[in-house]
Order: sequence, then structure tokens, then C-alpha cells
Amino acid sequence: MAYQNARPKWTELAVGTAVIHPGSSRATKTGDWRSARPVWTNERCVKCGVCQIFCPEGCISFQADGYPTADLDYCKGCGICPHECPTGCIRMQDEVE
Amino acid sequence: MEKRIGIEASIAIAEAVGLCDADVVAAYPITPQTHIVEHLSEMVADGHLDAAFVPVESEHSAMSVCCGTSAVGARTYTATSAQGLALMHEILFIAPALRLPIVMSVANRALSGPISIWNDHSDVMSDRDVGWVQIFCENGQEAVDLTIWAFRLAEDPRVSLPVMVNFDGFIVSHMVEPLFMPDREMVKAFLPPFQPLMRLDVDKPITMGPVGIPDIFTETKQVQQHLLTQSYGPIVETLGEFAKIFKRQYKPVETYRADDAEVLLLTMGAIGETAMTAVDQRRARGDKVGLLRLRLWRPFPFDDLIENLGKVPVLGVVDRAISFGGPVGPVASEVKGALYARAQRPVVVEFVAGLGGRDVNVSDFDAMFDALFEAKRSGQAPAPVLVGLRE
Repeated sequence: MAYQNARPKWTELAVGTAVIHPGSSRATKTGDWRSARPVWTNERCVKCGVCQIFCPEGCISFQADGYPTADLDYCKGCGICPHECPTGCIRMQDEVE
Repeated sequence: MEKRIGIEASIAIAEAVGLCDADVVAAYPITPQTHIVEHLSEMVADGHLDAAFVPVESEHSAMSVCCGTSAVGARTYTATSAQGLALMHEILFIAPALRLPIVMSVANRALSGPISIWNDHSDVMSDRDVGWVQIFCENGQEAVDLTIWAFRLAEDPRVSLPVMVNFDGFIVSHMVEPLFMPDREMVKAFLPPFQPLMRLDVDKPITMGPVGIPDIFTETKQVQQHLLTQSYGPIVETLGEFAKIFKRQYKPVETYRADDAEVLLLTMGAIGETAMTAVDQRRARGDKVGLLRLRLWRPFPFDDLIENLGKVPVLGVVDRAISFGGPVGPVASEVKGALYARAQRPVVVEFVAGLGGRDVNVSDFDAMFDALFEAKRSGQAPAPVLVGLRE
């Protein structure tokens, strides 16, 4: 498969570089593309779930206390969640901060 | 038993695809390939061929459909020419990368502009590097035979790559000629059922054609280079098996009266037949001229070329296309590249002939042989010659 093995040799690739096992997206952690991460201010969050619906990566989930959080293994920092959040409780924090 | 019949090459090619029991034909009609597609459409409509005929809206779609149907394990065929091949260009690269053994006929035609529907090799030369096996035919018989062979080679598990069967538009495609039409049982004996290395299957999900990140892309290209280069062995082997059943032997480089030749000319495609007549006429006058006819274009048969050249001092190469602003003839460029590392190499004289359907006659070859003897005398190659150019 394309990326699950660490740096495969050319002789180790699947036919046509196909991904031969389902679920490769889970195994391929793409969060390191991110330059900024979403940070929630829970005092202003109404738990409406709009951020989760709009997240193109599907990486936002709800914690035990009902507030949303992003799985940083996959979050690419696109900034859609703060753009869509109706209460403005999400801000993007640069990874250098 | 094969029957010898008078038949238009295009119709015979379509019948050959039928004999190979193709599962899918996805094609868009374009001159001079039209008769192939029309006839296949009729064969499917009349129930003579049990296949899905997909009348797509463009060649880009034709090749896209072919990739999809080949990926699910269907024996897939298409045909095109010139602008149609150009419109497929983007998708042509996908098929070999995904190891999809599609067979495609290309009735070679000039690319516009100015608008031309007539024959040369500028269409296929623009797709030299797409990663397909590319072979050339000189007449209808070869086009029929090599179409059948193409399915066998493409689907060989050691290869599993798409194959492009080239023949000259009109000059071959529209010629009515007497040819041996293979018989269904013989084709069956030669071509086993298609068993894909991998296919899309809802019960065993895989992803074909995922993104190739920079960390993997180089490795994928090495796989393609390796497979296409190594396909030479299966090519020669399957051509040999074809000969066993059909009694017609094809080689990567064909020769004609080349053994003791003092000058050799190299052609690719239908003009080789005219060139053989020219060779006979010069031989009758005592001139030791000979011919090499390049059949296999990709993978390029370097060793066959070198072996057949022997120690000949002068080689003329006839191209049917121009690499503008570059080395003029793409075939000559390849041949020169093949010779560079050799201590002993001939003077190479470059000709470009028959652009956009201009006839290449015996007298033109005669003039080329004159130029080769002049090069032999002087030891110098002239500047590339545009045969028949009005100056």
C-alpha cells in the first residue's frame, strides 16, 4: 500500500500502488501538515455541533463533558471550524506559539 | 483453419477484437479510426459480440471508461487517432501506473494545425512517454495479428500494462487487402481468459489510484520503468507463441536484405513496404542496400537494433514526425541515443517524410539511398532532410 509501511522499497509496493487494506486513512496520520490548531473557549461554546458537521476531516468529536475537541493526528488546521462557529468560540492558534 | 478473405483492415481489426471476446468497447469515432468503432458498434448491436459498447462523449471519457472497466476485470478495448489521442493524453498515463491491460488501436494521423486528417506519426510521438507498450504495423494482416497478440501481452501477469497498436491512417486502416482472418478456436488457444492481478471488488475493497506523496512517487516510477523494460522478454516470447499457432512470426526489429548491406535504411510503419520495393530495385542494379523496420517502439529494442546494424557504415532513419526545435526526428534521436555508447557506430542520416499524408514513393526512397551512398563516400551526415520539400 502507498504509505502505511515506513518508506517501502520500490519492490515492496502493491500492484499499481493500490491500497490493498481498507482503513488506510486512519493509519496515515496527516495532522503534521497543520500550521495552526483550533482552540475552543468552552465558556462561549453552546455544544451545537456545527464545527463537527463542517469539519472536512471528520476529526472533531465530543468529550465526556459535551464540549468538542479536534483529533490533532488528523486536523490539518484548515480554519473552517472557527469560520462556521456561530458563537465565535474557536480561534486558530499558530503551532509556533 | 484460417480463411483468406478480401477485407478492409479497419473491419478486420474490429472482427479481431470480436474474436478476442472483448467485454467492453468504449470509444469515440474519429477519422481515420471510424470504421473500427462503427463496425464494433454493429457487432454489439447485432448480438455478434457480447460486450458493453459505451458511446462516450469524448476520447478523454473513452480512456477514463477504459480505466474503470479494466479495473473491475473486464477485457477492454478502444481505438482512436490524432486529436482523439491527444485528448486522451492525460488519462493515458493513468492506465500503466495502475497496471491496467487496455488494448488500443491508433490509426496514426497528423495532429492539427493546419487541420489534417491524413497520415503521419505526430500523434503517437506526442505520447511516446506515457508508459504503454507501443508497436507498429505495416499492413492489415499485421494490424489484425498484433491486435490479438496485444490482448495476450497486455494481460500477461508479468506485464499487466496497456498496449497501443499503431498502424498508418488510411494507408493501412482503409485498405482492402487479402488477409488471413484468424479462426475463433485458434484465438482461443492463444488467448486465455483475462485474469487480472487485482480488481475492484465490493467484497474485497481496495483503493486503486491513491495519491502518491513525494516519499513514494519515485518508487512508483521505477516500478513502471522496470516493468516496461522487462516486458521485452514476454513480448518476444508471446510473439513466438503467436507464430506457433498462426504461422506468422513478428520480431521487434524486422529486416529486409540487410545482411550484406553497405547502407541501411530504417523505417517504422507502412512505408516499410514501399521501401522494400525500392530495395529490390536498387539490389537489381547491384547496389547493396538493405532495410530495418522498427516494429517495437516501446520498450525500445536497443539490442535488436545494435545486432541488426552489424558493422554497416551508414544508417538512414526515416521519421514521420518532427520534434520541433529539437533533434528533428524522434526515431532518429532514439537511434542515435542507442548508438552513442558504441565504439563503432554508423554515420546516421536523418530523413523526415510523409508528413500529413504526403505520399512517400519508391523514387523518394531511391533518393534517400543516393544520399546514404554519398554519406558513405564522404563519411559525413548531411543536415536532416525533409523529403520532397519545395525550396
